[in-house]
Order: sequence, then C-alpha cells, then structure tokens
Amino acid sequence: MLKAGRANKGKNGKKKSYNIPLSYYTHLLWCSSWWGGVQMGPPDPILGVTEAFKKDTNPKKMNLGVGAYRDDQGKPFVLSCVRKAEAIIAAKQLDKEYLPIGGLAEFSKACAQLALGPENEVLKSSRSVTVQTISGTGSLRIGANFLARFHPGPHDVYLPKPSWGNHTPIFRDAGMQLKAYRYYEPSTCGFDFKGALDDISKIPEQSIILLHACAHNPTGVDPRPEQWKEIADIVKKRNLLVFFDMAYQGFASGDIDRDAWAVRHFIENGHNIVLSQSFAKNMGLYGERVGGFTVVCKDAEEAKRVESQLKILIRPIYSNPPVNGARIAATILNTPELRSLWLEEVHGMANRIIKMREQLVAGLKKNGSSHNWQHVIDQIGMFCFTGLKPEQVERLTKEFSVYMTKDGRISMAGVTSGNVGYLADAIHAVTK
Amino acid sequence: QGSTPRAISIVPQAAPVAVFKLTQDFNNDQFPNKVNLGVGAYRTDEGQPWVLPVVKKVEKIIVHDDRLNHEYLPILGLPEFRSSASKIVLGDNSPAILENRVGAVQCLGGTGALKIGAEFLRRFYNGSNNTKTPIYVSAPTWENHNAVFSSAGFEDVRPYRYWDAEKRGLDLAGFLGDLESCPEHSVFVLHACAHNPTGTDPTQEQWKQIAEVMMRRKLFAFFDSAYQGFASGSLEKDAWAVRYFVSSGFEMFCAQSFSKNFGLYNERVGNLTVVARDADNLKRVLSQMEKVVRITWSNPPSQGARIVTITLTSPELFSEWQENVKTMANRVLLMRSQLKAKLQALGTPGTWDHITDQIGMFSFTGLNPKQVEYLVKEKHIYLMASGRINMCGLTTKNIDYVAESIHEAVTKVQ
Repeated sequence: MLKAGRANKGKNGKKKSYNIPLSYYTHLLWCSSWWGGVQMGPPDPILGVTEAFKKDTNPKKMNLGVGAYRDDQGKPFVLSCVRKAEAIIAAKQLDKEYLPIGGLAEFSKACAQLALGPENEVLKSSRSVTVQTISGTGSLRIGANFLARFHPGPHDVYLPKPSWGNHTPIFRDAGMQLKAYRYYEPSTCGFDFKGALDDISKIPEQSIILLHACAHNPTGVDPRPEQWKEIADIVKKRNLLVFFDMAYQGFASGDIDRDAWAVRHFIENGHNIVLSQSFAKNMGLYGERVGGFTVVCKDAEEAKRVESQLKILIRPIYSNPPVNGARIAATILNTPELRSLWLEEVHGMANRIIKMREQLVAGLKKNGSSHNWQHVIDQIGMFCFTGLKPEQVERLTKEFSVYMTKDGRISMAGVTSGNVGYLADAIHAVTK
Repeated sequence: QGSTPRAISIVPQAAPVAVFKLTQDFNNDQFPNKVNLGVGAYRTDEGQPWVLPVVKKVEKIIVHDDRLNHEYLPILGLPEFRSSASKIVLGDNSPAILENRVGAVQCLGGTGALKIGAEFLRRFYNGSNNTKTPIYVSAPTWENHNAVFSSAGFEDVRPYRYWDAEKRGLDLAGFLGDLESCPEHSVFVLHACAHNPTGTDPTQEQWKQIAEVMMRRKLFAFFDSAYQGFASGSLEKDAWAVRYFVSSGFEMFCAQSFSKNFGLYNERVGNLTVVARDADNLKRVLSQMEKVVRITWSNPPSQGARIVTITLTSPELFSEWQENVKTMANRVLLMRSQLKAKLQALGTPGTWDHITDQIGMFSFTGLNPKQVEYLVKEKHIYLMASGRINMCGLTTKNIDYVAESIHEAVTKVQ
C-alpha cells in the first residue's frame, strides 16, 4: 500500500522513492509475463522422433529415427574398449582441473592423426590446428563461427541436397547463407554425380562447400573414389573452401582409413580443408560429447594464429570442453591393445549394419515386393534413404509403430535380426 | 599451395585469455617458492587440486553400474539433474517450484548457462530483436561476462557501478543510481554471492533495495551463481538473494555452476534455472531454449550431471557433499583471517578488514597494477592485474611469504 502523506521530494529536492513494498509491483505485473509473445518451438525433427517413440505403447514399436547404434538385441552398445579405457582412467585417480580452452592435448593430437593418418605431411609440419569440441555439432558450430568471422570469400555455404537437418540452422545462426548442390538422385536412390559436378562447377569462387566425408547423412550415398577425384578437381578449379563433416569414420566401411580416404585425398590434392569429427557413433560416446575441429593451414605460424582465434570463439560459449569422453577416446587411440580392440568393434558394428541391409532386402523380396530395393544394399553407413514418401512414412508410424524421419530416412542401427522381418512386412504393406 | 582463399592468412594472432596466460607463466616459472593466486580453482592446504571425497565415491558407483551407458541425453539435459539442481538454488519448498513455474536447461558449466540464457534473451526478451537492449554487468565483473553477452549478439554491454575502490566496499549509491537511470527493461547480471572478483556482496537489506528498484523499473534479473555453498559454507545462506527475488515475484534466470562447489571443473556441469510467471510461459521458453541448444552443442555431456544428480538425490551423499563444501569454505575463511592478521602484525600500511569482510574464493586486495607487477616479477607470486587474489592459493606454508611480499609491495611500490 502506498504510504499516505509521504513527501515526494527529499532534502536535496531530488525525487524520493516511496517505501512501496514489492508486492505492489508484483500485483501489477502478475498477469503479464516477459514471455507472453514467445511461441512454442516445434519439436526437433530428428530427436523429436525418439520422444514420440518413447510414448508409444506398441510392443512391436521400432525406433529408426536417431542415428544411435544398437546391438542385435536392440540395446545400446557400450564398446568393450570404452569400458576398458574407463577402468584404466578410474585407476589413475586424475584431478578435475579445467582443461585448456582447446581441450585435452592428447585427444586433439590423436583425433587429427586418426583423420589424416599419422604420417601425414600436414601433421609432420604442424600446419594444422585441432581443437576438442562438443562432439560433431559443437565442431560445426565453432567452424561456422570461425568462417563467419574470418572467411574472406562469400559467406555462402553449399550443402549437398539433402544434408543433415541440423547443418542449415547451425550455419544460419552463425550468420552464413545456405545454398545447395545436387547430390541425391531420387530416381535411382543413388548419387547424382553429373548434377553435383554441374552445380559445383558453377559455385562462385571462394565460396564454402560442405562435403560428407563418408556415410552421407541422410542418404547413405557416397561418391566412389574416382568420383571424389573429379569433385576435388572441380572444387580446386573453383577455388572453394572445403568443409568436411566426418561423423562416421570407421562406421561406413568398417575400415577407418578407407572411410577417411576422401579427406586425405583432398589434402594431398592441395586443399587446405576444415574438418569436423565426431566420436559419438564410432566410439559409442554419444552422451560424452567428443569431437574435434581441424583447420589445415598454410604453415605452422598460420596454424598458431588460427588456434588463438578459435580459443576466442570457444571461451564465451562454454569456456573449455568436458574431459570425460576425450580422456576415454584418447586412451583408446593411444593404447595399442585398446586401439586394436576398437578397430575390431567398429568393424563389427559396420558389419552388423551391412547384414541388416541384406536381410531387409531379402525380406522385402520374400514378401513379393515389386520395387527395386538394391539401393538399401548399395547405400553405406548408419542410414538408409528408403525412397518412401511422407504419406508412406506416416502410415509406417501410425499403423506399425515404426518411427523414422519424414524424409524416409531409417537408421539401420535400429534394425535387428529379431525385427527385420516385421520391418520388411511393414514397408511392403505401405508400398505395394 | 592449397586452394584456401588467401585471407585465412590474415587471421591475426589473438591475445591469450589473461587468467590462463597467468597460469601458464606460473607453470613455466622455476622459482621454488612461487605461488599461484590466479585462476579460480580450489586448492588444499598442500596446494593441490581436491577431488571431493563424495565425488570419488559417486564415480565408483557410476563405473560399476552396468545399467549406465553413453547414450545421448535429451537436448535440455538429464531431467533429474535439472530439477535437483534448481532445487538447490531455489530451495526444495520454493513456491515457484510448487507452482510448476520453474524449469531448467543443463548446460556446459556456468559459462554455458549464461550463453544459453543470453542467446534466448537476444531473440525473445522484450520483442524479437534485442541486439540493442542494454546488458549491465558489474564494474568490475568476471571477465568473460562481457564476451558471453556480446558474442550472443548484444551490442550494448555496459558497466553498473559496484566496487568502490576508495572505501574498498560496495558502491551502493552508484549501483542504485544506475538502476534508477538505466533504460527500462535493461538486463542486469547479478552475482548471487561471492562476487567475482571483489568478494563483496550486498547485505540482505541492500538486496531488498536493489530488488525494489528493479521491480519498479521493469529490469530483468539474470543471476550468476557460481559459488553456492562455497561462500559461507551454507547453501541456504548463499542462495538468499536469488530466493528473495523469486519470492518477490520476479521472472528471472539463474545460471548455476557446479565447477567449484562440486570441484567438477572439467566436467562442465551447469544449469540454467528459469523462473517464469506460470507453467505455460515456462513451457514455451524451454522449447525455444531447446532450439538454441540444438545449434550450439545438441545435447550436454552426461558424466558430470550424473555425479551431481546421484549426490543430490541421496540423503547420505548429500550430507557428505555439504560437509565437503564446508571443508572448502572453512579453509578459505581460515586463510582470510590469517592473512589479515599477518598483514596487521607486519604493520602493512592501509586497512585490511576487507580481506575478512569479503567472501568466497576471491579477494580484491586493492593492490595497484605496479604493485601487482612487483609481486609477479620480483616475488614470483602470480595474481591478476586487477589485484584479485584467489584465497585458495594460500596455504599455511606460503602465507607468511605472501604476507611479507604484500608488505614489501605496498611499502616499496606506489
């Protein structure tokens, strides 16, 4: 309540504030909120699928949405090499002091070596910088921010059509413009090589082109080595900055060197690339957020300057990265027996997926499907672009409790020998 | 060589972040009696990092729990972490919690929580484009506050008067003056307790005055709570200001860090607590924060959040944690009282009451840049150019050396 009779002016003639209790204002403001105009944000198209899946009570439900590997029992798979690394780390009784802004040095070094190969001239001449990032997303974000601040050419990022759904909002929020080059050919469910070359040859010089290093997400369609060579040549002619996104090294073919072939070829071919890496899938470290961002520079001096600027970009976002996952990854990569075990396990994961692809196609044929499902086998990595239309996808979800993204992408990792038959039946039902 | 457009070659060398450079210089120093009073991390009386006993216990639990895996957390983080962390700062029985109008986002440390809050405010506070909305940070403040808000797109980050260098205390009149004269709807970043770098907090009465002006002038309260429990040893006491604002009816944010009070610095455990008018507003706010998170880090790291959650949700572990926190707070209090006593015994010119009046990890000694330089270069005692010292860097073994060195600096260098 306003106190009656209180003078409005204090001794100096300055306006005096009343002794009005807070509750007065609170009452005035009670009905209104700062956030009255905030709209409900739409659920994330990819992660939103899992949330819808969780609510479904159908015992036969299948989550083919998010790209997280599952074993043949449909369970999350913690790699043995990860468990062993965790035990080694636990025994060391390490402290919890802040990491440097750029992250755990042993991790960043091993991360770069994994991508480029330990004998790579770039590493030997120290002309690259690798910082530890918050998995692949964090890496792309730092990369986008770096380019937004320092890239002298057009701030246009060319993505393959289609690309991972989160690429666009990440680059856009960093202030970049998004453009596209042809990539997926719906009529063949394969690579539109001619269309890609055609579009890339017209990209204005010094623009940025984003390439999926292997196991293209969402299509699973990768260029063959000869095709990569031609792409590298055209990209060079156009003087484009290459941004590689490598989230599935090892996961695509089962062989880490084979999966990094394109990245290494481009570097050998003279491109000073930027590269995002994720260890979410190939080490199963999803929730630990392990990734790296690399800039290949002209020389060691430039690399140092770039590193200093990456730190300036990182500090106001999260100060320094989380240690746990990076320690696990570094321990695996730097301990020979664990590294061998890891390579075996990655190979195992890739093989199970290849097997599921084969079984799915066999199942569809057995059901008498008249469609050509060869692309399911030709595509590589975790995802399969089925070619299903949105209405068919909706039916799969509503009638069969098979959850996938609207674009017809399924995560093969969610398929098991126990449910591949059901999936073949369901797909046949909506496509016959 | 290479097709990289030439101008990555014009990327200039950035200046290193001061506090990390200080630690680097300290590490490179060969002087046997060197002392690091720089970076804000707790140290034991042996000058060593301290992994809290309760944390070691909980980590063992986690490693042996076969049910746990490394799957993605939800975008907003581990649900039990978010709710238990919010309860820590607001109190279990906070009316706002009981009214279902409190939510949270698990973030990467306190920095990450500030970041998500800042990004949200830039997009949604008071209209859709807040690049020109003034953000007020205390003079002085944690050096990263400026960068967090400016990198989130705020073009007008300004100081509000806070530290009175002459009287070595709070400039309340200046603070209230800036609250009265700033543009309406300005955002104020408030230190919940243990102000960094000055260690000087408003009293409860002073907080009440601050709140009154802020409510009347429609200013937004964004609390930064990085030291709850660490300051006084009591979680409740250190959260008093935040809880007062909540009970006064503010819609507000509180960025919480568990780096210091759990000693989990490198696991990046933070929580952005959101107090809204009602559940519906809260829901919409969180949904938009989710979008911001998705394009920044997608979803947060699980290890640290698990450690905190297991601790907070088990009565015995929670008690043990409170004891560990008291251990840290008490050692700091002891160092404060001993440093003051020694300076007084030495007859060091000036008054040194502020050392025990101030609270938390830091003390703003009042040493000027020349005196600081003397300490660093001549005495191998590393502290920030502002005169800020981390009390945790003091031990019973080095406190005499530090006190004598401060005495020298003050008497020899003007």
